[in-house]
Amino acid sequence: MKLLVFAAALVPFAHLIWRGFHGDLTADPLVEITNQTGLWTLRFIVITLAVTPIRRATGVNAIIRFRRMLGLFAFFYAMLHFLTYLVGDRFASLDFPDGFVAWSTLVNLLASIWEDVAKRPYITVGFIAFVSMIPLALTSTTGWIRRLGGRNWQRLHRLIYVTGIAGVVHYLWRVKADTLHPLIYGGIVAVLLGYRLALAFRKSRWQRQPLQAGA
Amino acid sequence: MLLRRHAPIPSSEITDKTAYLRRREFIQAAALTTVGVAAGALGTDEAAAQSWPRVKIPGTIEKSGWGKGEKLNEYQDIATYNNFYEFGTEKGDPAVNAHTLKPTPWKVKIEGLVNKPADYNLEDIVKPQALEERIYRLRCVERWSMVIPWVGFPLSTLLKRIEPKSTAKYVEFTTLLNPQQMPGQRRQVLEWPYVEGLRLDEAMHPLTILAVGLYGEYLPNQNGAPIRLVVPWKYGFKSIKSIVRIRLTDREPMNSWQLSAPDEYGFYSNVNPERDHPRWSQARERRIGEFLMRPTVIFNGYGDQVASLYTGMDLKRYY
Repeated sequence: MKLLVFAAALVPFAHLIWRGFHGDLTADPLVEITNQTGLWTLRFIVITLAVTPIRRATGVNAIIRFRRMLGLFAFFYAMLHFLTYLVGDRFASLDFPDGFVAWSTLVNLLASIWEDVAKRPYITVGFIAFVSMIPLALTSTTGWIRRLGGRNWQRLHRLIYVTGIAGVVHYLWRVKADTLHPLIYGGIVAVLLGYRLALAFRKSRWQRQPLQAGA
Repeated sequence: MLLRRHAPIPSSEITDKTAYLRRREFIQAAALTTVGVAAGALGTDEAAAQSWPRVKIPGTIEKSGWGKGEKLNEYQDIATYNNFYEFGTEKGDPAVNAHTLKPTPWKVKIEGLVNKPADYNLEDIVKPQALEERIYRLRCVERWSMVIPWVGFPLSTLLKRIEPKSTAKYVEFTTLLNPQQMPGQRRQVLEWPYVEGLRLDEAMHPLTILAVGLYGEYLPNQNGAPIRLVVPWKYGFKSIKSIVRIRLTDREPMNSWQLSAPDEYGFYSNVNPERDHPRWSQARERRIGEFLMRPTVIFNGYGDQVASLYTGMDLKRYY
């Protein structure tokens, strides 16, 4: 079953490659790959965030087994997204005064990323979303859960809420006029996070309940 | 007091049509997105069949000297990578959706501060013109560019025929408004119909053309059939498509993109590597088909011809 989910999560990636071989990635393939990998990152974040609510709502506890893999796939697509940006956008717009393979290329590349992240809000939030996933991916192993302790690990992994929000804002600020799809993703993320908020709220009331009852 | 009169519903509470159409669209798209998330949206728009009638323009088309030494972009790229929001906001949408547009018969209304206002049939506008091929660079505000062999004629020849009055200072162009033919107009992504404008001297400039074809064929619908503007030293969105009205006026027209985001898009929209779009740099562009981006040139490289139009103007302020 796990293998099946794994294979399914690779389908968008395979599809991109297939389209690439067929010259079917629009007239500007790098932009298309950037868009598609970005979209799939957000989709996998949404799916990952949906696991717990669905588990609670349906009682199908088994799906928790896929959560780590789904989260890692979100990171996988985020990496592809970032790499495409790095190569197709930042690298491709550099000057190469000393040729491609030169120290100056690396320096200029890093400077160019930094400049973009510092200057353009939609890049800033996109970068935040990407960076926020790194510790989650690194500590996704069972070993790290043990090392951190379940409670701390869980606390750290709430960072995905930041990822989700930053991801939606990144998408929303990027589009030129058609905000429909970013808003839909925003709505879904809001529901998934709102569910957790409501749960936390209920829980804190629940804990106070005995006191009030005793009064 | 059993019978209570109902107060009439104030009109402010009745949902206006665009709002509920939008809402419906939103729900549909939401459902689609959900399905996409769940199932993994396999078939993309680009994969849909691309076919449209390709008709050669009869008669001779004069060659012009423009674009010597430029490598033309492929027809397929020009006809499938379009910003034409009237047919959808993805680049591949217009090629798939624009078959609903009916470019014949077509009328163009000419009005405003002119001596000869008229409702022209398209043929009456195009027939008297000697068509020529103009190979122009097209620079999109989104940082990509193409080289396109347009077929058309100078806008100035038409303007001279209709005789602008001396009070006319600007030309306003309007795209067809017809949600049946242009399904993208069912959603208020931009203020419909699409409107663009030029200063009269820009409109009279010999580089400014009305195009009816590309690669020797009539324009595919997705490229703005049957008649569109091409202003090569301005960002692509100034080159309005599927024109139904040309109005001479004494006031600077408000163009659609300026209306949508005034801090990002201005009236002039001259290609200018020095003036960044708030969300991206305009210093470079990707020529479609190339990997490395090339430096963008002021006025898209047509400065020798057009810079004098803007002498003394602060181009960063009047972007």
